This record gives sequence, C-alpha cells and structure tokens, in this order.
Amino acid sequence: MRSTTNIDEAARVMTICNACRYCEGHCAVFQAMELRLEFNTENLDYLANLCHNCGSCFHNCQYAPPHQFNLNVAAVFADLRQENYAVYAWPAPLGRLFSQNGLWVSILTAIMLGLFMAGGAILTGADFFAAHPNQFYGVISHNVLVTLFGSVGIFVFIALSLSIRKFWRAMSLPSPLSLDWLNVWTGIKAALSLKYLDGGNGQGCSYPTEKPSMLRRWFHQATFWGFMLCFAATSTATVMHYGFDLPAPYGYISLPKFLGILGGLGLLVGPIGLMMLKLQADPAIKGRSNGGMDTSFLVLLFGTSLTGLLLMLLSQSSWVGPALCLHLGFVMALFLSMPYGKFIHGFYRLIALVAFAVEQQKHQAVVGVVEPDPDMIKVKNLG
Amino acid sequence: MNISSQCFDVVVAGGGQAGLIAAIVAAEAGATVCLLEGAPKSYRGGNTRHTRNLRPMHEGPLSVLSGVYDEEEYWDDLLRVTKGKTNEPMARMMLRESAGCVDWLEKRGVQFQPPLGGTLHLGRTNAFFMGGGKQLVNALYRWAEGLSIEIRYDAKVTDIAFENNRFLGAYVGDEWIKGKTFVAAAGGFEANVEWLREAWGPVADNFLIRGTPYNRGELLKLLLDKGAMQIGEPDQCHAVAIDGRAPKFDGGICTRVDCVSLGIVVNKDAKRFYDEGEDFWPKRYAIWGRLVAKQPDQIGHVIIDTKSKGAFMPPVFPAETASTIEELAIKIGLDPQTLRETVDQFNAAVQPGKFDHTELDGLATAGLEVNKTNWARPIDSPPYSAYSLKPGITFTYLGVGVDQSARMLMSDDTLSENIFAAGEIMAGNVLGEGYLAGIGMTIGNVFGQIAGREAAKYALNN
Ligand SMILES: Cc1cc2nc3c(=O)[nH]c(=O)nc-3n(C[C@H](O)[C@H](O)[C@H](O)COP(=O)(O)OP(=O)(O)OC[C@H]3O[C@@H](n4cnc5c(N)ncnc54)[C@H](O)[C@@H]3O)c2cc1C
Ligand code: SF4
Ligand code: SF4
Repeated sequence: MRSTTNIDEAARVMTICNACRYCEGHCAVFQAMELRLEFNTENLDYLANLCHNCGSCFHNCQYAPPHQFNLNVAAVFADLRQENYAVYAWPAPLGRLFSQNGLWVSILTAIMLGLFMAGGAILTGADFFAAHPNQFYGVISHNVLVTLFGSVGIFVFIALSLSIRKFWRAMSLPSPLSLDWLNVWTGIKAALSLKYLDGGNGQGCSYPTEKPSMLRRWFHQATFWGFMLCFAATSTATVMHYGFDLPAPYGYISLPKFLGILGGLGLLVGPIGLMMLKLQADPAIKGRSNGGMDTSFLVLLFGTSLTGLLLMLLSQSSWVGPALCLHLGFVMALFLSMPYGKFIHGFYRLIALVAFAVEQQKHQAVVGVVEPDPDMIKVKNLG
Repeated sequence: MNISSQCFDVVVAGGGQAGLIAAIVAAEAGATVCLLEGAPKSYRGGNTRHTRNLRPMHEGPLSVLSGVYDEEEYWDDLLRVTKGKTNEPMARMMLRESAGCVDWLEKRGVQFQPPLGGTLHLGRTNAFFMGGGKQLVNALYRWAEGLSIEIRYDAKVTDIAFENNRFLGAYVGDEWIKGKTFVAAAGGFEANVEWLREAWGPVADNFLIRGTPYNRGELLKLLLDKGAMQIGEPDQCHAVAIDGRAPKFDGGICTRVDCVSLGIVVNKDAKRFYDEGEDFWPKRYAIWGRLVAKQPDQIGHVIIDTKSKGAFMPPVFPAETASTIEELAIKIGLDPQTLRETVDQFNAAVQPGKFDHTELDGLATAGLEVNKTNWARPIDSPPYSAYSLKPGITFTYLGVGVDQSARMLMSDDTLSENIFAAGEIMAGNVLGEGYLAGIGMTIGNVFGQIAGREAAKYALNN
C-alpha cells in the first residue's frame, strides 16, 4: 500500500463524488466509482487511469474551488497518474524519469540529435552533404541501423512489457489467457474510439474551455492513428525487406510510402492540434506535476513526423545525410522515452478500460477489492 | 457601455435557472436585457447550481425520458404532495407547459444524461442534467452571452423604484439601472439566518443551509414591503435531515444521509421519536428535516449495525463506529445507559418477518411508544455505526403572488403593470406545501419562459 498525498487527496475527492454522483454520465471513472464503498491505492490508480483529463467534471462541479470542498477530480487524477507511472515503471529506479519529464526528454532529444549528426558526419566524411545512389542507406548502412534500433527496441519492449505487467497485476486482472475476450474487446473498442472523450452523450468534453467540444477527440485520433500508420509503414517495410527481398528505398506508389505519408500527416496535424488545445485549456485541470511530459511527447511525435517527411522529400538530394540524422535522432529519442514518458499512458488506459469492462459485466468491483497480500506480489514479481 | 444611461427593455434580478431563462426568452424576442446576478461569477447560478433534475410532463417517450407521464398522473402527484394547497388552473397550465422544457433546454446547449440506471435514476418522471445543475447553468450563461445580454455579477439588487404599480428601475448599491420591465427571479430567503430566526425562533441557529449563501431574500422583502401579495408563511420550507457535520452553507447534495430507514434514529436524550420505516426513503426524506428541527438542540443520530453496511448511498463523512452500543454512545455524546435501553427495547419489540429493503416489507416492531413499521431488524451485529443529523434547509416557500402570465399580484388583488416573477420566489403559487422531486426546476423553467415572454411583449409594445 502506497500512501501519498496524491492518494489521500484522490480518496477524499472520490468520497465526495461517490456521495454526489452528478457526473455519472460523463465517463467511466464515475461508473467505476459507484461500484465501491472505499477507496484504496489500487482502485484509485485504476480510476486515475480511466480518466482522460477532459475537464467536464471540473467545469460542471458545484464544489469546484472556491467552494470549500475544493473539488478537482481532473487535476487530482492527473497528479496521481504522474505518480503511478513512476511506481509501475521498470526498472524501478528509472521511474524517477517521470518527474521533470519534459526536461530529461529534451536533453535526451538534444543528445540523440547531436549524436546522430556527429555520427553521420563522421561515417560519411566529406560525403555528408552529398546525394547517394541508394539514398539514406548510403549515409548509414542498413545493418548498422538494424543493430542500433533493434537492440534499443528490445530494451524498450522489455521495459514496456514489465511495466505493463506490473500494472496489469495491480488491476487484479487474471492472466490474459483466462480473460473473457468479449470484455477485452469492449475495453479495446472504448480505448480505440476514445469513447469517454465524448463528454458522455456525444457532444464532446469540456476541453479546452467549459464549452463541450469534440476537437480533442479528433486531434487525439489523428495522433494515434498517425502513429499506428507510421508503425504499419515500418512493419510493412520490414516484411518487404526480409520476406520478399524488396529493400528500401521505395517509390511513392508503394505500401510503406503510402502508409507513412498518411501517418506522417496525422502526426503533424494531431500533435499541433493537441498542443494548441493544451495552451488554451484551463490550467486548473492540468495538475501540478506533469512537468512538461505531455508537451515533450507531442514535440517528439511532431519532430519525428516532420523530419521523416523531410527525409522522404530530400532523399535524392545532397541533404539526405543531415535529414536522415535529424530523423534518426528524433526516432531514437522517441524510442528511448517510450517507457518513461507520456507514451505509456495508452497501455494503462487500455488495461483500466478492460478492467472496467470486466466490472461492468459482473456489476461488481474487482480492482482493489481484496487487500493484496504483499508476499504474493513479491513472489509473482520475481517469477 | 455606461450602463446607467441605458434603459433596458427587461431587467432581470437573479441568475439562477428562472432568471437566465427569462433573460434568454426576452432577448430572443428582441428585447434588450440586463441580467443582475447577486453572486460573484464563481458562485453564479444560485440553488440551480446544486440541482440534479427536472420533472417534465410527457405524453410519450422523450429524448431522455421513458414512457408516459401525462397531465393527469402529474396532477395527481402534485395534489397528493400539496394536500390541495395549489392553484389548479395555474398548476395544470404549468404541467402542460412543462412538456417543452427538455427540448427548450437542449436547443440552448444544456445536456441531459442518457438513461443509465443508477441510484436516484427515475428514468420515467425525471430528466437528469449531465454533470448536474452547474452544467445547465454554464450552458445557459454561454447562450445568454451569445445573445449579448448584459450580464453583471456581484450585482445584488438593493432597492427598486416602484410607483403606481409600475417598476421604474433598480438599484445595485449606488448604481441606478433603468428598465421598462422587471423580472424578479432572486430565489427564496433560505440563506438569511436572521429571517429564519424570526420565523422559527432561536432553533434556526442550528439549521444548515444546503444551497447558495446568496439567496438572502432581500428582493422578496423589498417586493413585499412595496405591497406585493404574500404567498405562504415564513416558516414553510423544504427541509431534509442531513449530516450534522455539513458546512453551514452550500453543502449541496452530497451531505445527505440515506440510512434512516435501515436503522433507528434517536435524539440527544438517546430516545427514538418517529417511525423510521414509514415509507420508502425518497418519499420520506423531506419530512425528517422538520422532525429533527423539533428535537432538543435540533440534532438526531441514526444508528445502524453491520448488516446495513453498503446497503445505502455512501455518505460523504465517515460514520462513528464502535463495537458496543455503549462505546458508540460515548463517542457521539449520548448517555450510554439510555441508548442501551432504547436499543434493547427496540430489538425486543421486533416481530418476526422477512427483511426486504426493495419493498414495504411490513417487518415491524410492536408495543413501543413509537413503532417502526417496515424494515425493523434488530440492531445487534457489531460494529455499530452512527451518523449525526441536522435540519438542512433546501429552500423557503414564502413568495409573491403571480397570475398565469407570471405578472406579480399586489396585496389588493391588482396586477403590477410591469413586474414579473419566476422560480423559487413565486413557487408557492403552485406548490403550497410538500415537494415532488424535480418540480422546483420545472416551476422555474416554465415561469421563467412565461415571464421572459410577457416582459418582452410589454416592453416592445410600450
Ligand atoms: C441541494 C439542492 C438540490 C436541489 N435539487 C433539485 C433538483 O434536483 N430538482 C429540482 O427541481 N429542484 C432542486 N432543488 C431546488 C432548486 O434549486 C430550485 O427550485 C431552483 O433552482 C430555483 O431556481 P431559481 O432560479 O428560482 O433560484 P436560484 O437558482 O436559487 O437563483 C436565484 C439567484 O438569485 C440571486 N440573487 C439573490 N438575491 C439577489 C438580489 N437581491 N439581486 C440579484 N440577485 C440575487 C442568487 O445569487 C441566485 O443566483 C434543489 C435545491 C438544493 C438546495
Ligand atoms: S465532480 Fe463534483 S459534481 Fe461531479 S460527481 Fe464529483 S462532486 Fe459531484
Ligand atoms: S476529467 Fe473527464 S475523464 Fe476525467 S474524471 Fe472528469 S469527466 Fe471523467
């Protein structure tokens, strides 16, 4: 049992909400809350990760400050999420990277950009500013790229998996194999459609201002699907390379390019839109401890996409070297920050939504109901 | 804009639902409107901010309501709760008009909760605001801003100029605001503790006020002093028993305690004083404010045992708990011996039967001075829990008389020429006694629309 000021404040706030319940139509948080009489660390982490920080409950709360109850679910959960991201991080000491997140991600990005620029310049020497017959592989060879990104990718994969596993267990979910797949599907659908960013009845949430708006949902969709399309582009390219012996570069009329361009555009529009909304949003709902995490993630996504598209346009020109190194610098920084930055929120949200689907089907609380036996957790985590 | 030089078509006092709606309707009809809200912006919206639902009549399913709730059924309900203290033609007119409330609000950006199934979810008779009354308030203020209504916060009307049944203008402190018509929608006087004391005596000092501290009834008093017809008596109010630890003002909905029907209620002498199981709690919660108000020091304690844990809406403040009745008595400041006796007598009087909280199960006590007629289970399984109860005033009934066009009546039965009233300040015209969940907002909505329409009509024709 973690006992922190964020947990205490979240428990206080949820106790008031549970007696009020006016917000039950807004999102999953309140419906999950209604299944419980008590609030403990696990179920508060769960509720916090069901929250999208949409602001509806804050703007519509009769107890919002200056009322003496000083109620601000959105901000309390934002701070609690920030805290539990660190708690569930693997390896645990790196959880510290969640505080001052914007700062270290910026430093990381600067270092990665510097390293790749310097590396590219050293590898190609005088040819750094020259066109290459096989475009970017002429700057850094395919094998070097695969080794570099492959090994980082493996670390990132392990770190993400172990963090996710820890969170999964805290949500009292059974092994994925014994789950009811209908519930999982309900959770996935809610996550993919950003169901709870619609304010509760399709008019949108109170973001960036008190007025209901769908903008956040749309920009988030552009960002998410942009990311997925770029991921799909890379995956298709890998399959084409190894499976069909069709190495890059590809022409404009090819699957990887098509997916990549579409995704890249999504990753330009989405993050810009989300940034703009963020700047207009009421500071009261943001919490105190984000530390620039959201912003740095959006900048990284935007930078990755922008440099990726630039690289595509410049791949035949003499600028291919610097363009490639810039792009790789952004991609590497994005990769390395994935387990220790905003990226992780998607997994926890998804898991919380799956747990919510399980609870809704059973009509009873599951997460945080039984006090977990500390020894059991230790044994499981070692095993 | 130098507000003092302009003459508005309609000046509205009070920025809760009734005033907002009157202002919007008038502005939509083409009138220039000034809305004077006595509270600061952060507390705008009066008691409307604390509400949850309204009760519209409907002949068939509405967007957010199932089934049928027609005029006859609604009228029967109203007649029953008011025990006839209502004005039939006016009430029936209001019930019919209420059929358009949900649609009117939705068209102006107010969101309702799609049917969910939850604790207080009535589904058929009551339409619930998404996120509560503050969402409605926010949406209507946005709409009013879009109509260029002059909205002023911290603008408490302190005096009005009134000659020969005609309103000339209002004062906000030193400032003079001229208008062709006036809509009085400033709520009741429930937050005016001195006035409550006049009506109730010193016991009023122990009342808690569930809603806004800004409904102090200054405007109501002004109108009555200027000869408006009085409706209702000052000691009539909607009062429920709420948690004794709630704040003095503005505690709202979350301070309710919903376990009275599951346990017993004792006063500070550790004696029971009323049948806790008379009827379902939603039908009885509104009498317990008065019941507790009549007890010494205006305090009650509801006592339950562990069998009832989780069977009612979780209260906002934790219960006092103890493993024996005596220990519990000491914790809540009662005499342990007397409480022990009260509980023992109660337990011994419980008759056999099957407990079922979803129906009037007839599980009763026999032979006590005050019997419990339903859900009477012995209080015998520790740990025991206690919540303190105090009277929580929701709103007062005293108001000004109006006719069907929301025009204010004078005490000599004449009509004021250009003053209209809407909302809590005139609710007593149709609701002389009792309460029906959601009818407060319905009255405010319907009479707000009528007042806005009639005021605009008068102003634009004169
Ligand atoms: C906790 C609680 C829950 C409730 N729940 C419901 C419910 O679910 N359904 C329902 O139908 N009813 C409910 N009610 C009753 C409901 O709040 C009222 O019936 C309704 O809000 C009345 O609307 P109104 O516009 O007349 O008054 P209010 O909304 O109270 O507005 C009056 C306004 O006048 C302003 N004012 C006061 N004096 C002056 C002055 N001198 N000059 C200028 N402005 C002034 C105040 O600041 C306030 O904004 C509830 C009440 C409370 C307290
Ligand atoms: S956020 Fe406010 S209005 Fe919403 S449920 Fe909580 S206390 Fe009630
Ligand atoms: S901020 Fe939005 S998502 Fe979070 S609890 Fe409130 S209404 Fe739900």
